[in-house]
Amino acid sequence: MKAIVHVQLKPGVLDPQGQAIAGALASLGYDEVTGARQGKVIELELSGTDHALARERVEAMCGQLLANMVIEQFSVEILD
Amino acid sequence: MSDLSTPTPQQIAEHGLSDEEYESLCEQLGREPNLNELGICSVMWSEHCSYKSSRIHLAKFPTTGKRVICGPGENAGIIDIGDGDAVVFKMESHNHPSFIEPYQGAATGVGGIMRDVFTMGARPIALLNALRFGEPDNPKTRSLVAGVVAGIGGYGNCVGVPTVGGEMNFDPGYNGNILVNAMCVGLARADSIFYSAAKGVGNTILYVGARTGRDGIHGATMASAEFDDDTEEKRPRVQVGDPFTEKRLIEACLELMATGNIIAIQDMGAAGLTSSSIEMADKGGVGIEIDLDMVPQREDNMTAYEMMLSESQERMLIILKPGTETQSRQIFTKWELDVDVIGRTTDTGRLVLNHKGETVCNLPIAPLSDLAPKYDRPWKKQEPAPELNAEDLPQRDPVDALCRLMVCPDMASKRWVWEQYDRHVMNDTLADSASSCDGAIVRIHGTDKAVAISSDCTPRYVQADAYRGGKQAVAESWRNLIASGAKPIAITNCLNFGNPEKPEIMGQFVQAVEGMAKACDKLSFPVVSGNVSLYNETNGKAIPPTPTVGGVGIVKALDHVIGFGGAEVGDLLYLVGETSGWLGSSLYAREIEGLSGHMPPPVKLSVEQNNGKFVKKAIQQSLVRAVHDLSDGGLACAAADMALASDVGMVLETHDEMPNHAWLFGEDQARYLLAVPSHKLNQLQRLAYKQHVPFVFAGEVVGDDIKIGAARIKVADLRKKWEGWLVKYMENIHGNAGE
Amino acid sequence: MRVAVIVFPGSNCDRDVAEAIAQVTGKQPIMVWHRETTFFDVDLVILPGGFAYGDYLRPGAMAARSSVMRHVLDHAKAGGLVLGICNGFQVLTEIGLLPGALLPNAGMKFICKPVKLKVTRTSTPFTGSFTKGQYLDIPVAHHDGNYFAQKDELSRLEDNEQVVFRYENNPNGSINDIAGLSNVSGNVLGMMPHPERAMVHGKTRGDGYKLFNTLMEMIR
Repeated sequence: MKAIVHVQLKPGVLDPQGQAIAGALASLGYDEVTGARQGKVIELELSGTDHALARERVEAMCGQLLANMVIEQFSVEILD
Repeated sequence: MSDLSTPTPQQIAEHGLSDEEYESLCEQLGREPNLNELGICSVMWSEHCSYKSSRIHLAKFPTTGKRVICGPGENAGIIDIGDGDAVVFKMESHNHPSFIEPYQGAATGVGGIMRDVFTMGARPIALLNALRFGEPDNPKTRSLVAGVVAGIGGYGNCVGVPTVGGEMNFDPGYNGNILVNAMCVGLARADSIFYSAAKGVGNTILYVGARTGRDGIHGATMASAEFDDDTEEKRPRVQVGDPFTEKRLIEACLELMATGNIIAIQDMGAAGLTSSSIEMADKGGVGIEIDLDMVPQREDNMTAYEMMLSESQERMLIILKPGTETQSRQIFTKWELDVDVIGRTTDTGRLVLNHKGETVCNLPIAPLSDLAPKYDRPWKKQEPAPELNAEDLPQRDPVDALCRLMVCPDMASKRWVWEQYDRHVMNDTLADSASSCDGAIVRIHGTDKAVAISSDCTPRYVQADAYRGGKQAVAESWRNLIASGAKPIAITNCLNFGNPEKPEIMGQFVQAVEGMAKACDKLSFPVVSGNVSLYNETNGKAIPPTPTVGGVGIVKALDHVIGFGGAEVGDLLYLVGETSGWLGSSLYAREIEGLSGHMPPPVKLSVEQNNGKFVKKAIQQSLVRAVHDLSDGGLACAAADMALASDVGMVLETHDEMPNHAWLFGEDQARYLLAVPSHKLNQLQRLAYKQHVPFVFAGEVVGDDIKIGAARIKVADLRKKWEGWLVKYMENIHGNAGE
Repeated sequence: MRVAVIVFPGSNCDRDVAEAIAQVTGKQPIMVWHRETTFFDVDLVILPGGFAYGDYLRPGAMAARSSVMRHVLDHAKAGGLVLGICNGFQVLTEIGLLPGALLPNAGMKFICKPVKLKVTRTSTPFTGSFTKGQYLDIPVAHHDGNYFAQKDELSRLEDNEQVVFRYENNPNGSINDIAGLSNVSGNVLGMMPHPERAMVHGKTRGDGYKLFNTLMEMIR
């Protein structure tokens, strides 16, 4: 089993890297880009087969370490 | 790929061996190599590892001296600085990887040079870097600058070694091949230095540090080939650096060194496990047997070929005294590093590799090291460059010219760069890039002594006349150390050139080396370590020849440290040394008149020595408030540097018999600008007279303007322009900051 | 004054701060390895600068979860003094001893330069001998010093007067120019600037020395 964790800054938290990406894309002529937010993806290899349990535990991992809840939010995908 | 098969002609060609080289290899082996063996031989015989084109010329460098503990041939050079302390240093290029992936290329360059230094038992205490980029208008330049600077900072800052100095130039000649030369200086005890000779049979070989992955396979051969338009495809070969692992590796290795368990130690740099194991075996006069199944691996199903040629970073090979394995392992485990016994030394004189129950390589050591090819490549002596007559150049407003020079990319403030470097971690930095001192100064921890370090080369001189240019690079380094209050001791160098198979490029190399050797000899400034980077060419166009010199000196008492920022209103400006108004290959000629390729200034080494001795005395007797060596842009630019650093105005004298541009911007060598408090003048004049040193009034420190004749500019305005160029350039704001 | 300096594998200002403490107190602090699980009884715990775990994931994130931090928490909760410098400040926010978080600098670059700080809270043992509004010269060297707190958190810590230092010229985009922050009771201080790098100023004592000296006098 595999868990894919997306961690991103919460809306409202300044994201200079996202801004820089949006700026760079605009200067390349991609006028349709009106904003960008950068985040990170963490892939976890998991043992076991119980998706619900896995999700519960990965969410705990996020709260405890993988995301800083002061500034970040996360989402979890569980795959086989 | 079956690694045990005999290689096809195409595979042989892909490994960069010439037909003659391959034949010679087969002859020495008495058979054809298998593919593993070919891979190993090809990296050992690559230019990068074997120095096959440069070796016979490098032998011309003086490499010994009263204070030299270890000269070239080890991981780094070592000098004795008294009181049982030793300084370990080396400079190395990471040009090709930095062009392909600037952040990681520069970062791993810094990591590699630090490993060369701590491998010898030294704690790294300072980093410098000499960077050459293409012209600012080249579309790649801006992102290369940003990436390289971030990479250097990202690595050095994290490891916690201050980046204290360096240089940065722009020239269209580097458009296709930037230069990233990193220098590291470390501090060791003279009685506990570690070498790489794996002496003794039956000893354990320990692998420590990061795991081996498929990084940078064939980096060493890549560093020995020209670029072409397909180079982009070589991207995956670039290694990724991990400064956090490097930091732990330093601490763990220094901790292990203190136990006395180590017989020999070597970092896995270019050509990784291959070159480290072969060099250790060769120097120790032993054979080595490695069980590749024991090598810590980061990826699945790695072949012997991949493991041996991987350039994964932050790895070391250690030969342990028997019976110390457990204690040694514990140290690395504490620092959360991978550690495993991967083999032992043997009495066979051979490199034997076993993998999955098979012997996959069995090569004699000697042909891979001592008996590697050595070439005396044909070379062509440079045609003498034409001289440039200052009288032929038009008169111009000197202050306007000064402003243009101070704002040109080579001279403009590099604050944007060095503010990204932690220059003060370890708390011993006394002078860094921000400090207005010709050398960087780092205190020997807990003492009243310091090392002074400087990195120098004037590629436009070397291009016009390699012999003079080589001499000048050494002389300028020596002068910078003198001007910061130090006694110059020894140098390292990084010789960056084009394709040595072209006689004119080889000619540049040979003559530059001879010029450097001459200067090193005469100034008692031996070469203790160095690195050669050839094939810096793209589509057949070579870089300007760039033999970078990293000079190291000792400051015996911290009171002697001086810079060019101490001038005070009322001080008198004096010029040490003779001025003929030499403008050939000067910055003025290039920037203002668009002229290049003329004969650069002669370097008179006895004059250099004499003038230096005088300046050193003047500093030690506290007769001067500020000292600056004269280099790019001559007297006027040195004075402007001093005015900016001291935040004072100046009136500069003109010369009765010389055009302003020659007097103010000529680049005659062996000169210094001194700011002299008026009450010390008599004493200083007497000293100059006694030492037979030309000592000429050049102006005074007064007001808020730099004034030459009727022309003037406010120092504050000059500062704005000087500080502005790079910031505006990097922020991508259009328009010339100098306008 | 008994001082402990916590050493993480990637700490790199641990020696510098230990020497600064020794210079002021005449006594070497104890160096505590991050895996330490036994209790150490000191007046002050320092979390030094550096890149504790390479700043991977987030600066300070993994350090905040190492075993020694349980003791640091207990020590702080019992009113013991804790000083987090640079990376140490990041660890203190990650572990929740201080509110908010430290984001990458607004310029996205590492910054190493001298800065001017304004002292805005003097009712802490760290700043008791300073006066409100006094300026200090202490350098910064960081990549992630851009302090951030959500609106209500920010007004709460401003109301509680928890801001101890503010930048005169904000180098990193920190909200409200915050350079140093304490908890409500003032026994825990996090600051981005490095006082251990400001021990001398020319030939005289620097403001970093004054800060450590204040601490020593307050404890004595």
